[in-house]
Parts: sequence; structure tokens; C-alpha cells
Amino acid sequence: MRRRRRDDARRSGPVLAGLGLLAAALAAELAWAGWSAPETRTRLEGERALVGALGLSDTALFTEARYTRHPSLADLNTPFQDHPGGFDHFPSASIVPVPALPESGRLWFAGEEEPS
Amino acid sequence: MTPWLRRQRALADYTLAALARRRGKNAALVAVYALVVFALASAMFFAAALRHETTQVLQDAPEITVQKILMGRQDLVPAATVEKIAGIRGVTRAEGRLWGYFYDRTNGANYTVMVPGDKAMEPPAGSVALGEGIPRARGFTWDGAPLFLSRFEGDLQKFEVVRTFTRASGLMTSDLVLMNGADFRAFFGIPEGLYTDVVARVRNPREVDTVVAKAGALMPEMRFVTRAAIQRSYQKLFSWREGLLAALIGAAVLAFVIFAAEKASGLSAEETREIGILKAVGWDTRDIIAMKLWEGALVSGGAFLIGTVAGFAHVFFFGGTLFAPVLKGWAVLYPEFDLAPQVDGVQLLSLALLTTLPYVAATLVPIWRTASADPDAVMR
Repeated sequence: MRRRRRDDARRSGPVLAGLGLLAAALAAELAWAGWSAPETRTRLEGERALVGALGLSDTALFTEARYTRHPSLADLNTPFQDHPGGFDHFPSASIVPVPALPESGRLWFAGEEEPS
Repeated sequence: MTPWLRRQRALADYTLAALARRRGKNAALVAVYALVVFALASAMFFAAALRHETTQVLQDAPEITVQKILMGRQDLVPAATVEKIAGIRGVTRAEGRLWGYFYDRTNGANYTVMVPGDKAMEPPAGSVALGEGIPRARGFTWDGAPLFLSRFEGDLQKFEVVRTFTRASGLMTSDLVLMNGADFRAFFGIPEGLYTDVVARVRNPREVDTVVAKAGALMPEMRFVTRAAIQRSYQKLFSWREGLLAALIGAAVLAFVIFAAEKASGLSAEETREIGILKAVGWDTRDIIAMKLWEGALVSGGAFLIGTVAGFAHVFFFGGTLFAPVLKGWAVLYPEFDLAPQVDGVQLLSLALLTTLPYVAATLVPIWRTASADPDAVMR
């Protein structure tokens, strides 16, 4: 009975300490992010130089299909690349969105050809 | 301790005692809530880090890539076209590139085979440089194991491995097989004078659009992809509303909405009775609201901290392993890569607001309604 009363009396102590500990862990993680920044920068510069030297244009994140491995160079203009109305054959195609497409379906005219 | 602090401490004590009375239910609540925050935080950190990494690294992607389109499909580009592109005013250099895909029949993986743009990177004849994923996919057990590629039944080509890229560049190079130009032509049977596509460099980066418009008028059968378009594609892939992130957090957000709506729809009979009793023993509405604010803050603050700390660790210490099956799909190769931690204040703040505010609001609104009513009516 007495033990229960003591529990009730200062229940917030350990809980607040736990929250403080979690906040400290978050702060430590953020500090680590800042601390590892120079190392990260060096790695990214190396990777960037490699991209330039090899002439890479896309990430190797999805290696299932042409249009997910190289979304920026995919031949999206190919008719019937998959079967019409078919569900995506490859699961990652549901994650990779359609890259920037022409804004409208209108044909583009040079200034002097613009219909009045 | 000031009286105000003492009062808050007492309220926190009371709130925790009240929460402890329904220990199992509240522990489950915090666990589910923390899981939602964890999913949301992981997806946010993962996508932000990927976006940062790709935009940084793709700054050196080819300035203009030119593809030939024939009958609606990409076709090989003849050397004469490369010269024609090089002759356009404003273009400083145009080079034909050789690259393609290879489906490995032994393990079902797809490799990207290419000849490096930089001649110094080209491996000597009969050898290749590999991305980190290929030795893994092929199960190379010793350093210096050669790579055997089989294009069709009965065919076996041997390549010495002169270099393997590390996971430091895994995101970009994981599935690459770099070959010598002559080896590439022999391996795929591409005659001299034909290329996969062309990359062009422009003297003044601000002239890219003009050069593309000019070249497009000159060669209407070609398709031009600029570096800016590549970067836009990746911004879109990892943006907040689309692609990867939407797929990852869609379910989490939906779960959270259901959860908050359920909470907001009303109080349990027990909670209502508790408020009635508190009012009857002399608590005023303000005290009850303060007590419930403590409850909301403790539950949502705790869940936010647990979820965020775990999400950060998941993405940056464990490489986002839980996302791998989602991203991998049916692919055999999935890159192992390091992600640069990219967390800013705005991101954390929006995560905190997105997860804690709706919960606190959802608990406060019904309390306000009950607490301002007559205790007699509430208890009945």
C-alpha cells in the first residue's frame, strides 16, 4: 500500500527523465550529422567526379526495367511499350513517377508560325 | 520550485497516474503512434537524403544527351550525326557514347554496360570495372575473380576485373559493367561508326535551351535531354507529394488520420465520468484542460521522440533496410549505399507539427466540450 502511494506521488520523475534521454539521443544524432558533414562532402565530391567521368545520368536504385533504371533517358514516346491498359509489370514502376512531360498536348510553333 | 512549476509537476503526476490506470491501452497507443512517426520520419529522412545526394551528384551529369528516334523507338546514332551536332554553334564538344543493358541469364539481374566517357577510365582490353552490386549478385568468393558473361546458350566471355567500385558511390554505380570500346562493340556486335547516343557540351550553360531549339529544328528525328531535365526528374522522384515518398508514407498518413479521427470522435464513458468527478471535487475547467494538455504532450511528445530517434537510426545507421524490399521490387540487384545525413530544422519542425498537433487537437476538442458542461449532467 505504502509503495503504491510513493509511486503515485512522484511518477513523473522517471518518465520525464526518459523523455529527456530521448531528446538527448535526438540531439546527439543531429550533432553526428553535423560532425560527419566534411567527410560526406568529400565522398559526394568524389561521386560527382565519377559521374562526370563516366557520363552517368541516373541512379542505380531501380534495376528492373529500362524506364526505371534510366527514367531521364527512357523512350517514353515508344507506343505500346507495355500492353495497353495493363497493370505495371514491374513493382518499382508504381514508385517512379512519369518524368516531366510537355506541359500541354498542343503543338509548338516558332514565333512567325504562330496561328493568329 | 515556483508554485507554477509545482502545479505543473503535480498535474503531470496526476496525468501519469491516470494513464497508468489503463496501462496496456496507453502503452499500445504510444507504440502505434511511435510506429507511425517512425515510418513518416524514415520516409522523410530517406527521401530528403536521396534528393540531396542525387542533386549534388548529378550536377556533373551530361549537359545535353541526344537520342535518335526511329519508328518510335530509340536507334543507334551514326558518326555523321555526332559531327553534325558538334558543328552547331555554341557546342564545344560532342561525343558518341556506347552503353546498353545486359540481362544476366545466370541470376536474372540486369546490368548497365557502358564505355566510360573519360578515356582514362577505360579498362584495358579483355577486362572490366564493376559496380559493387555485381560481385554480390554473382557470389564472387575471392578478390580478383574473373567475370564470365553468357550472351546465349553455349557462349561464355571471360573478363578480368580490374576495379570494383565501393559502396561510397553505390547509388550511382552499383549495376555498372565498364568496358573497353572495342570489347563493347565485339560483345554486342555493334559495327564501327555507330553509337548509342551522343552527349554534347555547351560553352555557355545559359545557352543550352537555344542550342537545343536550334538542333531540334535541324534534326527533328532526334530527342534532346538536358541536364536540367534530368535533375527535374529526380526532384520529382523524391519530392514530398510524388513518387517514392508518396508511396512510402501514404499508408502511414492514412493510418494516422483514422487514428486521430477515432480519438476526436468522442471520449470513452470512463473518461467522461473521470472528468465529472474531478469537476465535482473542485477542479475547474482550466485544470482539466491543463491536465489533458499534459496527457497529449506526454503521449505525442514521447511517440514523436521515439519515432524520430528510431527513424534517424534506421535511415542513417542501418541504411534504410526496411525500405529495401519496397524499392527492390523484382530487381535482383539493389545497391548498397551510404546516405549523407541531411536534416534541417524546417524538416524536423514540420514532422513534429504534422504528428503531434493533430493528436493534441484531437484530444482537446472533446475534453473542452465535456469539461465545460455541468458535472452532474456529465456523470449521469
